[in-house]
Amino acid sequence: MIPTAVAQGQNPLRDPQDKRLPRIAGPCSLVLFGVTGDLAHNKIMPAIYDLANRGLLPPGFSLVGFARRGWTHADFAKIVRESVRAHARTPFHQEVWRNLAEGFRFVEGAFDDADAFDVLRETLQEVDKERGTSGNHIFYLSIPPAFFSTVTQQLDRSGLSQGIEGAWQRVVIEKPFGHDLDSARELNSTVGSVFASDSIFRIDHYLGKETVQNLLALRFANQMFEPIWNANYVDHVQITMAEDIGIGGRAGYYDGIGAARDVIQNHLLQLLALTAMEKPVSFQAHDLRSEKEKVLSAVRLPEDLATSTVRGQYARGWQGGEHVGGYLDEEGIQETSTTETYAALKVEIDTRRWAGVPFYLRTGKRLGKRVTEIAVVFKRAPHLPFDQTATEELGQNAIVIRVQPDEGVTMRFGSKVPGNAMEVRDVTMDFGYGSSFTESSPEAYERLILDVMLGDPPLFPRHEEVELAWRILDPVEAFWATQGRPDPYPAGGWGPECADVMMRRDGRTWRKP
Amino acid sequence: MIVDLPGTTTAAVNKYLVKLRHDIGAMTLGRVLTLVIVVDEAGAEAAIEVANDASRQHPCRVIAVISGKKSGASRLDAQIRVGGDAGASEVVVLRLFGALAGHGHSVLVPLLLPDSPVVAWWPREAPLNVSESAIGQMAQRRITDAAEASNPQAEMRRRADSYQPGDTDLAWTRITLWRGLLAAALDQPPYQPVLAADVAGASDSPSADLMAGWLAQALQCPVTRTRTPAGTGMTSVRLTRGSGNIDLLRPDGAVATLSPPGQPVRRISLGRRELAECLADELHRLDPDEVYAQTLTKGLALIDAPARQKESKS
Repeated sequence: MIPTAVAQGQNPLRDPQDKRLPRIAGPCSLVLFGVTGDLAHNKIMPAIYDLANRGLLPPGFSLVGFARRGWTHADFAKIVRESVRAHARTPFHQEVWRNLAEGFRFVEGAFDDADAFDVLRETLQEVDKERGTSGNHIFYLSIPPAFFSTVTQQLDRSGLSQGIEGAWQRVVIEKPFGHDLDSARELNSTVGSVFASDSIFRIDHYLGKETVQNLLALRFANQMFEPIWNANYVDHVQITMAEDIGIGGRAGYYDGIGAARDVIQNHLLQLLALTAMEKPVSFQAHDLRSEKEKVLSAVRLPEDLATSTVRGQYARGWQGGEHVGGYLDEEGIQETSTTETYAALKVEIDTRRWAGVPFYLRTGKRLGKRVTEIAVVFKRAPHLPFDQTATEELGQNAIVIRVQPDEGVTMRFGSKVPGNAMEVRDVTMDFGYGSSFTESSPEAYERLILDVMLGDPPLFPRHEEVELAWRILDPVEAFWATQGRPDPYPAGGWGPECADVMMRRDGRTWRKP
Repeated sequence: MIVDLPGTTTAAVNKYLVKLRHDIGAMTLGRVLTLVIVVDEAGAEAAIEVANDASRQHPCRVIAVISGKKSGASRLDAQIRVGGDAGASEVVVLRLFGALAGHGHSVLVPLLLPDSPVVAWWPREAPLNVSESAIGQMAQRRITDAAEASNPQAEMRRRADSYQPGDTDLAWTRITLWRGLLAAALDQPPYQPVLAADVAGASDSPSADLMAGWLAQALQCPVTRTRTPAGTGMTSVRLTRGSGNIDLLRPDGAVATLSPPGQPVRRISLGRRELAECLADELHRLDPDEVYAQTLTKGLALIDAPARQKESKS
């Protein structure tokens, strides 16, 4: 008997037919900057616990917190525990927790404190030695972008970004990736000067969502949608991300950024790219990203931005049984702020597939409800062999991908109203993968953190995509800067009147999501 | 909501399901498969509960077929559970009496979801040849649980003899994380072939047997199977390479340690997987599991004989 050969990338225990074998990353540790932030508390730390609970974290995994707090390792563990108890998806198991918590370390320091980074380096060396993380480190920058350059320079100076031979160092950054094209480039060169471009993972958590990945399955695994997914049949596409909350305590971050930079630049343009792109040659990261880049580079703004863009700012109003203040009443917001909390945008895509099909993007805070969806609205049938009265109530067919909440797909089509008369009316057909799908299926952050550990990049946007998105948005922002104040809209509605006017001008209406 | 339909027919059950769908609305939308549980009265409630849990990941219609006394007149008692009493699914419990008890498949046919896969699960004793049993023939996937059999070893041999694509056993599902950890360990340098392996586990653990068989088949090296007292589950796997041993040890049934040569010991939680989790895992994929097939039909035979003798001496 000759034992099966083992080599790098050739593992006899990994049979391509063995589809149930879980992907468990090699030994590594994760350094979290911005431990005290909301994102770390609500998403990252719970996701790490959930991964541990599902047995997907590598053995010996270590989590190192870095912040300007006088905490001990135990204090840090307590903070993580609170976050896990409050937000983890899977049940709390003492053994899993105890085991995970053994790998917790905390380093106190400011982002520009060279000594603290030296301590961090020593801590990581200790962890490598004690827990066998083999020098593989992830640096998760869950911090405002203003600090990126300080932190990456410190990582460089302390030698943390190079690591030891045979080990990898990866850096994870969260949006916003700059506030315009120039700042995005600057940010990229800051991070890129220290880390290689394939070690930089930009998180757009929308891309980790099951429904978004399902969009690719819907389009490319089926025969019944793709043939009509083009300008011959599609009238227009609406991509909506509505939030019912205000800016909460994020005034410092939000003011001056606004809805378009916060949401359209990343989430909505990524959703647009996935909806509109051609079929990738394969689902490898490179092929997928090339297609997304191609379609983003074909996105064109209409010439008259005054009639094709809208911005608004929420005013006082009744929302869901509660009287809420306007944007200008929020703590930390100047009365003269011109930051938009609602943005809508019409773009076209200059490709043969989409010629003449407008894509309407809209996002806003304090809208009617929290919903994200992509609606592909079809043209009317060219001829209706019914009486005019029979089809009066018939709208346009639509396929709606519900991204959140209530993930699933809705199809809208005409159906006869039961009864003697011939009358056709719109009905909807819902596919939902079970009401509690979200409880049992992994959260976007789990998927994305696991992908970072495995070094698997398809779900992370590349710098080129970020640049292309800014190219689309920059002229709009420049135009808005000359336009004075955004239109106010009452909280709890669906945005300013001029957004409806924009659609009416094209003979269309916004969907009520 | 629980509705009892004593002394009924499948047509009446079906009618009631449609009526419920109309009355309650969307509850029956989006089911992806029918899960048939073949079980006796004593194990029924526990199995239904597990299926309900699993249905949260894979919305399905759960049909429990419970065979009662074979003497007396044929009778079908049905119970329909929806809403809070049925997880994310609808549950139909069918109790069969008299001659009907031997013809469970006949009451199933009208109740299967149209155009969707059927999965059959025997939580306790399974027929000798599952794929040829009447209910097994209707199912794309047949889930057995050798660990529940009175003689797991013999049960495993029977499964191997009668294997057909689509058969699967929860003893295999239980070692998925172990397998994942071992595969991940071999992903790391030094890249050397495994020269020998040893799997230690309870003498009655079919999971440990499958693990040994899987390693033997994939690595093509001698694999010994050390037997520990019954009821201890799987306790360790050792892979021997030129540079030393990789040891994956789980002495206490909850936390494991992984020790690659020349490197610190790494700890990881590796508890016994919940039954609902295993079942949900099985429902995840409905295509035949080729790796299981090879492990079962070829791998088990490769395990070194000495270990078996060791057992008879001890």
